[in-house]
Amino acid sequence: MGESVPFKKRFSAAALFGAGLRGQRNWPALWRSPEPRKTYQVLIIGGGGHGLATAYHLARDWGIRDVAVIEKGWIGGGNTGRNTTVVRSNYYYPASARFYQRSVEMYQGLSDALNFNIMFSQRGIVTLAFSPHELNLMARQVNAMQLNGIAAEILTRDDIARLLPHCDLSATARFPCVGGFLHASGGTARHDAVAWGYARAADTLGVDILQNVEVLGFEQMGGRVCAVQTNAGRIGAEKVAIAVAGNSTVVAGLAGIDLPVRSQTLQAFVSEPLKPVLDIVVMSGLHHTYVSQSDKGELVIGGDSDTMTSYAQRGSFATIERTTTGLLELFPAFSRVRLMRQWGGTVDLTPDRSPIIDRTSLDGLYISTGWGTGGFKAIPAGGAALAHFIAHDAADEYSSAFTFDRFRRGALLDEGAASGVAH
Amino acid sequence: MLQIPCPWCGPRNEIEFLARGPVVARPDPDGADDAAWTAFLYRADNQRGWLREWWLHVHGCGQLFVIRRHSVTDEIGPADEMAPGA
Ligand SMILES: Cc1cc2nc3c(=O)[nH]c(=O)nc-3n(C[C@H](O)[C@H](O)[C@H](O)COP(=O)(O)OP(=O)(O)OC[C@H]3O[C@@H](n4cnc5c(N)ncnc54)[C@H](O)[C@@H]3O)c2cc1C
Ligand SMILES: [Zn+2]
Repeated sequence: MGESVPFKKRFSAAALFGAGLRGQRNWPALWRSPEPRKTYQVLIIGGGGHGLATAYHLARDWGIRDVAVIEKGWIGGGNTGRNTTVVRSNYYYPASARFYQRSVEMYQGLSDALNFNIMFSQRGIVTLAFSPHELNLMARQVNAMQLNGIAAEILTRDDIARLLPHCDLSATARFPCVGGFLHASGGTARHDAVAWGYARAADTLGVDILQNVEVLGFEQMGGRVCAVQTNAGRIGAEKVAIAVAGNSTVVAGLAGIDLPVRSQTLQAFVSEPLKPVLDIVVMSGLHHTYVSQSDKGELVIGGDSDTMTSYAQRGSFATIERTTTGLLELFPAFSRVRLMRQWGGTVDLTPDRSPIIDRTSLDGLYISTGWGTGGFKAIPAGGAALAHFIAHDAADEYSSAFTFDRFRRGALLDEGAASGVAH
Repeated sequence: MLQIPCPWCGPRNEIEFLARGPVVARPDPDGADDAAWTAFLYRADNQRGWLREWWLHVHGCGQLFVIRRHSVTDEIGPADEMAPGA
């Protein structure tokens, strides 16, 4: 399924070196900026990772190339460009494990597939435990992961001392650490590169990427969607898909569709760049914090989402204080490090913290939502799944559990309880 | 940090409270069908704009009350329902 993308100019070390001799000028634009056409076969609303990956898979896997991605701002300017880039598959339930494991495996091949360095680094993720009970729950989680074929192992406090020499593991710490677990195939990737890589590949396959175009309404005919209204005029389509994260209820609401989704702020912070101090991702549910060090040397820090409904894209100071307090309890040595930037994204949370990829009650209108605080890792598999749904009017084998029906049946996939703070 | 106007204690810092989400009306237990129960359990108002939401003054008087808050600007209207759990 799917061929490789016929890029006009491929990126490689040799190409970089050659362009270096000419002062790195003459690189082509990564994608075109076409005028919107009157109609497309498929319109995708939202130029985040999920929308762009969906367009790429429609074009590559299913030969549907008469496609436009409509983005009200700039691509990747939503949560995809605001996230803390943790990629992992340490989920509890088989349905989630299978889906997220597929996504991690797709990430492994993504730099090659897109001919774009997404800097995927499987540096491993350590999750810390601070009571025997928490450690017992981790053992249960590790067992579930191993049964699902995902490498995971319980760590003793001594193991953690070797992996995290700067972490305060002393008995006098406010919360003395008793162990943890390692998810060795987890890691980080470069968020902008994921958006740009998919955009360039989709554009090469014929997809139009329309930035600064905002969807303001839907038109329907005989119970079927037939067009969207935008600030750049009406654009007709046979099928439309919504992939707008925190704005899901707002956009679906334009079509009269209700969603079990709430929008809340999730914040993140980066520090000034440091010499290498941390070569693994560290998470602590008890401290409501997680941290990794980027290739530029910045500490990338995240925590819990703010608890109230919000579209403000800036968070509450209480959350900043709580997250940094937890970080400093774990790593007292970071107390002198200055934060450089802080920001918030509007995340789309479902009651069970699992996503929804499904058709809607309006024929021809599809949606991918509920990615919440953890949908960056899901971009490859989520894009493939939504593209499959649009092309075949049915879920693919990895995402069939992620439909609306589970709420009516009460068959929730409650990963909120299973995954704690980790994004 | 937001200041939340507790009807009993006056304006207090956000960290003393738990946000309990938008107010959701309970369906009539005798008449509600599956769709109504599903909506009650899983759906909540989520608009850009004014919301009515529950707040719990957990580190204060312990009361649950309702305020109006704007989901984009964070402006807060007065606490408009004084009954606990209203
Ligand atoms: C601070 C933070 C940290 C996170 N950390 C992680 C992490 O470590 N790991 C992880 O896996 N996930 C993480 N996430 C979650 C992850 O970022 C998201 O789940 C994921 O990026 C969602 O991608 P998306 O394409 O669905 O949405 P987005 O990237 O938000 O894209 C949606 C796009 O839709 C556009 N749009 C909205 N309305 C309209 C309209 N009317 N018309 C046209 N366009 C519209 C928006 O402008 C936006 O660009 C984090 C999120 C945040 C905010
Ligand atoms: Zn009070």
